Amino acid sequence: MADATIAMSRPVERLAPRRNQRDRRVTRHLFRAIVIVYLAMLIAWPLGLIARTTFADGLTSLRETLDDPVVTHAIWLTVRVAMITVALDLVFGVGVSLLLVRYRFRGRRVLSALIDLPLSVSPVVVGLALVLAYGGRTGWFGESLEGAGIQVIFATPGIVMATVFVSLPLVVREVVPVLEEIGTEQEQAAHSLGASSLQTFLRITLPAIKWAVVYGVVLSLARALGEFGAVKIVSGNLVNKTQTATLVVEQKYQDFEQSTAYATSFLLALAAVICIIIVAVLRPTESEPR
Amino acid sequence: MSIDVRNITKTFGDFVALDDVSVSLPTGQLTALLGPSGGGKSTLLRIIAGLEFADRGEVHIEGVDATDLTPQRRNVGFVFQHYAAFKHMTVAKNVAFGLSIRKRPKAEVRARVQELLHLVHLEAFADRLPSQLSGGQRQRMALARALAVEPTVLLLDEPFGALDAKVREELREWLRRLHDEVQVTTVLVTHDQEEALEVADEIVVINGGRIEQIGSPDLLYDSPANDFVMSFLGPVTRLGGRLIRPHDVEIHLGAVPSAHIGTVTRLTRVGFEVRIDVDVDGQPTLATLTRAQHHALGATVGSTVWLRPIDGVSTVAVPANGPHRASAGSPSKCSVASDSDSDSDANDLVATSG
Repeated sequence: MADATIAMSRPVERLAPRRNQRDRRVTRHLFRAIVIVYLAMLIAWPLGLIARTTFADGLTSLRETLDDPVVTHAIWLTVRVAMITVALDLVFGVGVSLLLVRYRFRGRRVLSALIDLPLSVSPVVVGLALVLAYGGRTGWFGESLEGAGIQVIFATPGIVMATVFVSLPLVVREVVPVLEEIGTEQEQAAHSLGASSLQTFLRITLPAIKWAVVYGVVLSLARALGEFGAVKIVSGNLVNKTQTATLVVEQKYQDFEQSTAYATSFLLALAAVICIIIVAVLRPTESEPR
Repeated sequence: MSIDVRNITKTFGDFVALDDVSVSLPTGQLTALLGPSGGGKSTLLRIIAGLEFADRGEVHIEGVDATDLTPQRRNVGFVFQHYAAFKHMTVAKNVAFGLSIRKRPKAEVRARVQELLHLVHLEAFADRLPSQLSGGQRQRMALARALAVEPTVLLLDEPFGALDAKVREELREWLRRLHDEVQVTTVLVTHDQEEALEVADEIVVINGGRIEQIGSPDLLYDSPANDFVMSFLGPVTRLGGRLIRPHDVEIHLGAVPSAHIGTVTRLTRVGFEVRIDVDVDGQPTLATLTRAQHHALGATVGSTVWLRPIDGVSTVAVPANGPHRASAGSPSKCSVASDSDSDSDANDLVATSG
């Protein structure tokens, strides 16, 4: 009885892997095709068109754009806001991650959920909320802040706040899983070898999460350069004052200065691509010491 | 006394990990904390290290009250089961960590690291990363790292638990030699009774948050204080209502005085030993002989045999309702039966020793 079963099952076993292999190859090609079509239709082709339009008549359109003081002001404002945002994201992102992973406290899960909120809430809502809270005339803190000479809404601080709000989760979500993975034993070992909390953080924890932090920061930089909705509401979109690069693109586009709009878009896309290339170059070196 | 633990109590929620534990560990010795998983031994070690704080009680290390000191200030070396290697540092940097924290001069650090790597046979691996080492090598590195700061006590938390059997045995032997060489007070947590018996000068058996017995390996093996210690430290069987080690059972084919009569039900040959299962009044009893002894005896399945304890060996009364049970990790062949049909006093847990 048992012998018969084995004898019967044998040819099936021999055939099965072959059919499996063929199935797997078909699936692989299918998936590859889907991904390539997706990338081409939604990302590569449209972005390529922007580059093509920008350079349709050589460098003239790009040169004109960079000579436009409205555009250059907006670009410098964007760069400045992005730098401040990244610095804040770095400090708060790592801090919040440590808090979430290393400490157990009441409301920890609520905090964890709140950190994710900006990823799901529309940036426009974020902008409106900030205006309600910090607006000069009607805001909750706005009046007293303005009394102290600090203008938040329709000024750089408001833009920075909106950008930090939407980009902070990018750092936290990169760092938290790595912190969880490395665990606490290395830190405990460092403590028992005489290291203070600061020494342990600088010599053990930080090197271990370094690449996650870099990756999160680059992502948040890309996000900070590209933020539109929240910034539009918070900044007031004042030309030469609070207009950022993305806002310039919209305005130029609506004012029928298409070539400037495309050129500025191209610069924004270029910055994002450079960010991603930097990460791609850095990442392989990370897998090595593991 | 190098480490003095007084009345330590520690709870995690409702779970009592340690219940009023006091123990003194003498300077220069290698002490093993032995017990089943979840028995509190690791918690005790972590409290000594300052990685965990007790709810009540005191810890004194070399006469200094360390109860409230952070691990940073206790000067203890701690070795983790999973090595806790600093993954981004080379072996040499790992070993040098404690010294560089103490801001020792570079030349001194280099010399000391060299010396320690020599001690743990890792000189050739100084510039490797931990990920390029085997488990055993990583643990030796972790030991060198802990020893680098010249700790008052060295604490090892199941240091060989994550290694495979062969490496574990090698490292065990090596640790014993290392300890003879370095002479630092060492506390080793283990659930492996063989490891404890082989390596330790003294064994503290911990179970259910309490200390069951403290003593030398020989004392614990030969005169266990109760049935738990007896079954945890080695194989155990039942004879005439008392617990006895199977190799302490005398077996005869002819009648002898004060013996229990039974029938051989099974013979199992395992390497050098022969295990003989005997049915004594419906109660299974195990006797082990060497194969030479077995040849000389010539018993076969179905033989009627007379069993009695070898003169002078200790036996332990079977507990009435089995308050202690041999837990996971116990090698005991025979379970500690929960019901007692014996003539002995059920509550008498005192070992009788010849």
